[in-house]
Amino acid sequence: MGNSSKLRLLSLAIILALPTAAGAATGKTIAASGNGRGAAPCSSCHGADGSGNAAAGYPRLAGLSQAYLVKQLHDFADGRRNNAVMQPMAKALSKQEINSVASYYSKLKSNSADKSKEQAPPALGKQLVLRGDWDKKIPACVQCHGPGARGAGSHFPALAGQYAGYIETQLEAWKSGQRSNDPDGLMKAVAERLSSKQIKAAAAYLQSLPSHLPSHSK
Amino acid sequence: MSDSRHARITNAATILAALVLISTSVNAAEHAATQASTTPASNSAFHPPSEQEIPNNAFGKMVKRGEDLFVNTQQLRGKYVGNGLNCANCHIDRGRLANSAPMWAAWVHYPAYRGKNHMVNTMAERIQGCFRYSENGAPPPANGDVIKALETYFYWLAKGAPVGAKMKGRGYPKLSKAAEKPDFARGKQVFKAHCAICHGDNGHGTKQHGKYVFPPLWGKDSYNWGAGMHRVNTAAAFIHANMPLGKPNSLSEQQAWDVAAYVNSHERPQDPRFKGNVAQTKAKYHKHDCRYGNRVDGVTLGRKSYPNPLAHR
Repeated sequence: MGNSSKLRLLSLAIILALPTAAGAATGKTIAASGNGRGAAPCSSCHGADGSGNAAAGYPRLAGLSQAYLVKQLHDFADGRRNNAVMQPMAKALSKQEINSVASYYSKLKSNSADKSKEQAPPALGKQLVLRGDWDKKIPACVQCHGPGARGAGSHFPALAGQYAGYIETQLEAWKSGQRSNDPDGLMKAVAERLSSKQIKAAAAYLQSLPSHLPSHSK
Repeated sequence: MSDSRHARITNAATILAALVLISTSVNAAEHAATQASTTPASNSAFHPPSEQEIPNNAFGKMVKRGEDLFVNTQQLRGKYVGNGLNCANCHIDRGRLANSAPMWAAWVHYPAYRGKNHMVNTMAERIQGCFRYSENGAPPPANGDVIKALETYFYWLAKGAPVGAKMKGRGYPKLSKAAEKPDFARGKQVFKAHCAICHGDNGHGTKQHGKYVFPPLWGKDSYNWGAGMHRVNTAAAFIHANMPLGKPNSLSEQQAWDVAAYVNSHERPQDPRFKGNVAQTKAKYHKHDCRYGNRVDGVTLGRKSYPNPLAHR
């Protein structure tokens, strides 16, 4: 990149960053246009509404808890979560920007994956998500990820409505040891006992679940 | 089922049973047990029937009602439940799991004499005890719908279990005496490393949309000073066999003892048998391994216990 284009980017970044006091880009700005210092717009892969991209395997971010997203971005930056695409992006974000972009996505709502229902999810998936497989010491997904798998606290992300392909990749990554940034090795311990067939079935069922409660329900 | 299929399954069960016997590997035994779950129960471990086997009739409806009450006991909050706990918090996998006080083992051991109240208890009375102590609530009537549904569920889980016989997996597996005296400070370290992720730094559990996903371990929404779980030995046994969820038996026995002592050295709802004097309550009802009435961290436990919100009932 030439100096002049660097300068143009820099001035763009400064303009975009103008509304914030500390000079860091706001979450919304980062999502839409990047931070001008190496972090590309999140929306180019994760969608303008944070609904991700099933075909490409980019996860839905909308509605995930802020604390979870913050941890993932720091883990990408420090290499605790291994991802060649996300690492440079996360590294380019300041701590404040990470907090702010995570807050932005945590507040978005998305139903995208609901529309991608192609076939009825397998009964095996429902069994695993709602009841587990305790003969293999596998708790039900909802026991940690909350009722309806809509997330619990800051450590257990929502899985409802997440793309099956993404969930599958992550579970296989825990199983193989490629991903290991879960607190106390809790996900790894469970993933190791899941067969690939069970992973596929659970992922398909989780994708079919609504990512948030309809507003009229209690 | 055709004869040939039955024969195949019987053969498979025999082979699997043999595998269990000859295997010294825990993993292989677990694997075989998994496989055996679709075959008739073997001598080694009892398997309750699967959800799919609940009949589609009035009896099955009552089984499902009981299961629902067991898993989501909070639907009785304010009526019979006075804290934030569900039966399934301490009886993992809906009361089905061996070594997690499974209900199929309990069912075949009642009526039974209990030292706790010096009398023979029916199962209904035993369940009422759970509501009074573990749920810090009020006992549902013995002839009412709640007890009926729960009893129907337990009976169904115990299908084929030998009445009165010793059953492997009953209760929580007893630990050997702690090598070192269970210690509050060491327990706190274990808690921070392995429990706080779910139960919170302050032990008050984690809520989502106003409901507990991870149960409170002390404080006003937890079990009271009369519940079995307030005993350090009981909690240690439960923790070692079942916690953290998905990582059973991962803590050392000493860690389980220490963290059980830590958890049970915090204020919780008052013992319902309390008549205004902690020392007297301790002398009369707490001749066991517990911290009630002890001075821990500068406070006497039991002095500032929380009242039962359903005590007026």
